[in-house]
Amino acid sequence: MFINAVIALLLQAQTSNLPEHPVANTFKPLASPGQQEKDIAILTLAITGAIFVVVGGLIVYGIWRYRRRPGDVSTQEPAQVYGSNQIEAAWTVIPILIVFVLIGVTARVIGSIENASPPPSTVKVRLIGHQWWWTVEYPQFGVTSANEIHVPVATNGSPATYLQLESVDVIHSFWIPQLAGKTDLIPNRTNYAWIDPKEPGIYLGNCAEYCGTQHANMLLRVIAEPPADFNRWADEQKRAANPDPALARAREIFESLACVNCHTIKGTGAVGKFGPDLTHLMSRQTIGSGVTTLTHEHLREWVDDPQTIKPGCLMPSMQLTNEQLDQVVAYLESLH
Amino acid sequence: MAEALELTADALTMEREWKTPDRGTVGIIFLIVTESALFLIFVLAYLVYIGKSVVGPYPKDVLEMPIAATVCLLSSSLTIVMAEHQLEKNRIGPFRLWWAITILLGLYFLYDTALEWKKLIYVDHLTISTNLFGTTFYSLVGLHASHVTVGMTFLLLVFTVSLLGFPIETQKRRVKFLSWYWHFVDWVWVIVFTVVYIVSAR
Amino acid sequence: MASIDYPLERPAVSLEKGFAQHLYEWVATVDHKKLGLMYVVSALLFFVIAGLMAFVIRLQLMFPNGHVVGPDTFNRLFTMHGTTMVFLVGMPLVAGFANYLVPLMIGARDMAFPRLNAFGFWIFLFGGFLLYYSYIGGSGLYGAGSAPDVGWFANAPLTEKAFSRGHSTDYWALGILVSGVGSIASAINVIATAFSLRCPGMTLSRMPLFVWVMVVDSWLILVALPPLTAAQIMLMLDRYLGANFFNTQQGGSAVLWQHFFWIFGHPEVYILIFPAFAILSEVIPVFSRKPLFGRAAMVGAVVAIGFISLGVWAHHMFAVGMSSWSNTFFAGSSMLVGIPTGLKIFNWTATMYGGKLRLQTPLLYCCAFLFQFLVAGLTGIMLAVAPFDWQLHDSYFLIAHFHYTLMGGLVMGIFAGIYYWFPKAIGKMYNEKLGKWQFWLMIIGFNLTFLPQHIAGMLGMPRRIYTYAPGRGWELWNLLSSLGAMVQFVAVACLVWNLVHSALRGEPAGDDPWDGWTLEWATTSPPPEYNFEKLPVVRSSRPLWDMKHPHDPDWKYE
Ligand code: HEA
Ligand code: HEA
Ligand code: HEC
Ligand code: CUA
Ligand SMILES: [Cu+2]
Repeated sequence: MFINAVIALLLQAQTSNLPEHPVANTFKPLASPGQQEKDIAILTLAITGAIFVVVGGLIVYGIWRYRRRPGDVSTQEPAQVYGSNQIEAAWTVIPILIVFVLIGVTARVIGSIENASPPPSTVKVRLIGHQWWWTVEYPQFGVTSANEIHVPVATNGSPATYLQLESVDVIHSFWIPQLAGKTDLIPNRTNYAWIDPKEPGIYLGNCAEYCGTQHANMLLRVIAEPPADFNRWADEQKRAANPDPALARAREIFESLACVNCHTIKGTGAVGKFGPDLTHLMSRQTIGSGVTTLTHEHLREWVDDPQTIKPGCLMPSMQLTNEQLDQVVAYLESLH
Repeated sequence: MAEALELTADALTMEREWKTPDRGTVGIIFLIVTESALFLIFVLAYLVYIGKSVVGPYPKDVLEMPIAATVCLLSSSLTIVMAEHQLEKNRIGPFRLWWAITILLGLYFLYDTALEWKKLIYVDHLTISTNLFGTTFYSLVGLHASHVTVGMTFLLLVFTVSLLGFPIETQKRRVKFLSWYWHFVDWVWVIVFTVVYIVSAR
Repeated sequence: MASIDYPLERPAVSLEKGFAQHLYEWVATVDHKKLGLMYVVSALLFFVIAGLMAFVIRLQLMFPNGHVVGPDTFNRLFTMHGTTMVFLVGMPLVAGFANYLVPLMIGARDMAFPRLNAFGFWIFLFGGFLLYYSYIGGSGLYGAGSAPDVGWFANAPLTEKAFSRGHSTDYWALGILVSGVGSIASAINVIATAFSLRCPGMTLSRMPLFVWVMVVDSWLILVALPPLTAAQIMLMLDRYLGANFFNTQQGGSAVLWQHFFWIFGHPEVYILIFPAFAILSEVIPVFSRKPLFGRAAMVGAVVAIGFISLGVWAHHMFAVGMSSWSNTFFAGSSMLVGIPTGLKIFNWTATMYGGKLRLQTPLLYCCAFLFQFLVAGLTGIMLAVAPFDWQLHDSYFLIAHFHYTLMGGLVMGIFAGIYYWFPKAIGKMYNEKLGKWQFWLMIIGFNLTFLPQHIAGMLGMPRRIYTYAPGRGWELWNLLSSLGAMVQFVAVACLVWNLVHSALRGEPAGDDPWDGWTLEWATTSPPPEYNFEKLPVVRSSRPLWDMKHPHDPDWKYE
């Protein structure tokens, strides 16, 4: 028990050198797509802001200037003006010009984000949406993980990470505001997105398309590390789960439970696909797709009854006895 | 409030010569507009899903061109015009005759559709849930058939009341609107036929 | 100019009638004014219900990790809030205002098809009840029921049987489908009325702008509502007969639903805003004492919006991964709508320039509309810039955008209309002082609620989340927003009180309290069942101006 807590602490320490960016400010982008989106946003804001100041100013001035003053009791009607073709033409033509400028810029940025072709050194990630969590696959490394996307930091756009987005049930949406805008994960369809984080760090995001009960707790985190760290991480993830002889009994108990129907632990009999891959569970920072941090207490609570932590989620309460619970949690905590 | 202004001669003529479109005509035209929009979406769904079925049967395997039914339905557009002509001249007998022919042609169309569906369901095992083709086929053709049925109900209603001795010549306007609706249903069939039996069955 | 006769005596109101008889009169009526009022009153009732739901939503989100309601309840709340506001508040307001005013303004005695009209109202109400019945019957009576929780645009495949068990989604589809039939009926009616029942001299070019806008609005309903009906039929076929339209397992497409929904959904938002346009075009001139600036262009602009808005729907789908060509097309077409809309804003403003503005409650709401709709339109342009939208889509920025259009635009415009025509419809004057109070509370509350949401959205807060963790920079904005909702609560309560109290105890209003120019002010308040004793004959678009200024009538300038 104590050892486990220490390990958990160590794990936390291991990643804590990465700065976390909890506030996902779209105006502080740290990757190319986000950067381009911010640039066009600034331009748009400038244009619409100017329109707002001018038009809003005219409206307010008009109301102020032409209000009937108190004390004005004359029934004299003001001059009846029916319109003016010149003036109306002017305020049709000027907006047309503005709109054409905006369309031009928009077309260019759309093209440069959507049609960017992957450079040769690319990390490929297959991100699959589930009700209410994510599968993260690295076909190049044969690695399957969940909910947290490790990617290398890119210098001058390389190595960029290309994401192939799919869904097994309903529509979800990939959104890491500081890295890139949204792209949906749609069943029976494949979409693509890419990111090239410029600084190491932990970037938060959410599933951005309503997908049912726990849409709110379908969080995402991208962990951008220097390429060396990323490669080390990937190597470790390739390994099958370490059979720790001290935990043989715990493992037996786990494998005798229904857990194995839904979860995969590489190198064991657990090959279920319905829930997240648990092979290297302890290398993650959160459980339940970010609903809570991965600590001993939280993990125990989760396995005891996920419905109290994430009500409505698709993992049922397994009704384990205390003894089973201890053993299973101990086993899970050996999965580094 | 202020007293009414004097009536100018000008205003009086204006009042006398004032004409606006018939409200029934406007109503039926816009009813047809909105119905067209409904059909458009079902046709689009059919077109989008051509060739997307995961399992068979596929259109080219099971569809046969309903030539006879099509000829019947389209010619019923002509016979209903004949009926209208006769009614215009207040010739009730010939009106009833042409009207009856229209009804028969329409009924044959519905009968043929029923046969076609029976064959598709029992022989080819194509139902609405079999695949995307079944889904879009039955809903598009079914939507059209349901419109034919509605039209048919009104045709029968007119026929019955005229047989019962109701002075149908007082209802020329309504008969005209009904016949417009019937034309609309026929034209929709031309589109459905093209999309279902020509485009997708190739 | 020719005669506008006024009934010399008010129609005698018999006080002897019992309650049952009153009830019967309202239930069995085919009078367009009674139906119009019933539409507006039921819309206001639904507005209060949906507003209270919004209030609970705001309570839940006031602080991080809120515990007012659970996830399921929250999801039902925003679904029912959005669905109710759009289909049971916005749509009946269109029908209600058109019903009440179009015949009066064109000098007609009733709508073209009075019985169809009554049918339209009752079927709409029935649809509303069906939707709310889901609270009881949603998952079968034994499951104690539950409202739909799929969001107001009910994206497939979340609505398929596999992901949405029980019947709540069926109630959603059926309720909206049924009330849609009512909208279609009333739209056909409005068009036929406006074309066929105009009084002598009321040419199309002299038709009040209100009527014009309502005609274009009805046209939009007729072409845009059927796609929704079609999509809902498909959804029902999927759910009941196992069809595969949106069944992705069988090759069905999840994106197709979105196309069909938004082919309806985008025109729908203009359907909703048009009544406000219509009201502004009447209220601003009368309260500025000037004719509408550029009448012809104003008509042209609504027609243009009516057509362009049919071709912009996929701007709701920038994130589904369309080709860059489609993205560009829909971004461009969306921005184009800004041109005729801008023209309208400019022309309204120009109407006020050089006038003598009577800043009473109706005009105050029009001014608020102009300002807030300007904000809404400009944030709309930001959303239309597709790359910017990839960030803003489905975030609280979007929520802010459309509440500025719907609450700051539509509802405030409707408030202007309610205050403006209340004296006509009820015959009593509302309380001006309370009206002004309500106005300022509303403006403060509204902006306090929705301005901060822009910022929350840009800080990455997605919509439709029932909870959020502290520390992500959203706390302050949500707190402000919830406080604003409380101010709005007080404001709406003032409105309800003002209307109810004035209807019972108000001062008599007189037939023409605003010194108006269109025909409805030429009859009594409230108008008799037949509207006009003798049908009026008109020669310009401001018949009452002509009458009041015989030496300087409008028709001289036509
Ligand atoms: C009454 C309702 C209403 C109205 C009128 C509008 C008006 C507009 N809307 Fe809005 N919109 C909604 C209601 C409305 N919207 C709703 C409900 C949603 C969300 C649905 C959901 O997801 O739940 C939505 C969502 C929405 C999106 C999708 C966002 C997303 O999901 O990612 C977009 C994107 O383009 C958009 C754009 C626009 C534009 C360009 C206009 C334009 O019509 C605005 C035009 C007006 C102006 C531009 C201001 C005045 C003009 C000038 C002063 C002239 C000068 C201006 C220029 C030259 C630019 N809207
Ligand atoms: C006409 C349209 C309309 C209007 C007027 C409103 C009005 C309001 N809306 Fe609404 N809203 C929508 C249409 C509208 N909304 C839509 C379409 C959605 C999307 C739904 C979806 O995602 O599916 C939405 C979503 C939505 C959300 C996002 C939910 C989410 O994504 O999680 C929020 C959150 O703040 C919100 C808040 C509000 C508030 C505070 C008001 C306020 O302005 C309301 C003010 C009213 C009151 C506070 C009621 C006061 C009542 C009384 C005083 C009672 C008086 C008592 C008696 C008479 C007895 N709305
Ligand atoms: C019916 C299928 C099912 C069964 C059985 C099941 N789980 Fe799960 N499990 C899930 C799903 C689905 C999730 C993801 C929930 C979410 O985040 O919404 C999950 C998540 C988890 C997580 C968190 C993983 C992460 O990275 O977020 C752990 C740990 C876990 N399960 C352990 C277990 C254990 C231990 C058992 C057996 C005692 C078990 N599960 C049984 C479906 C199941
Ligand atoms: Cu997944 Cu929302
Ligand atoms: Cu739109």
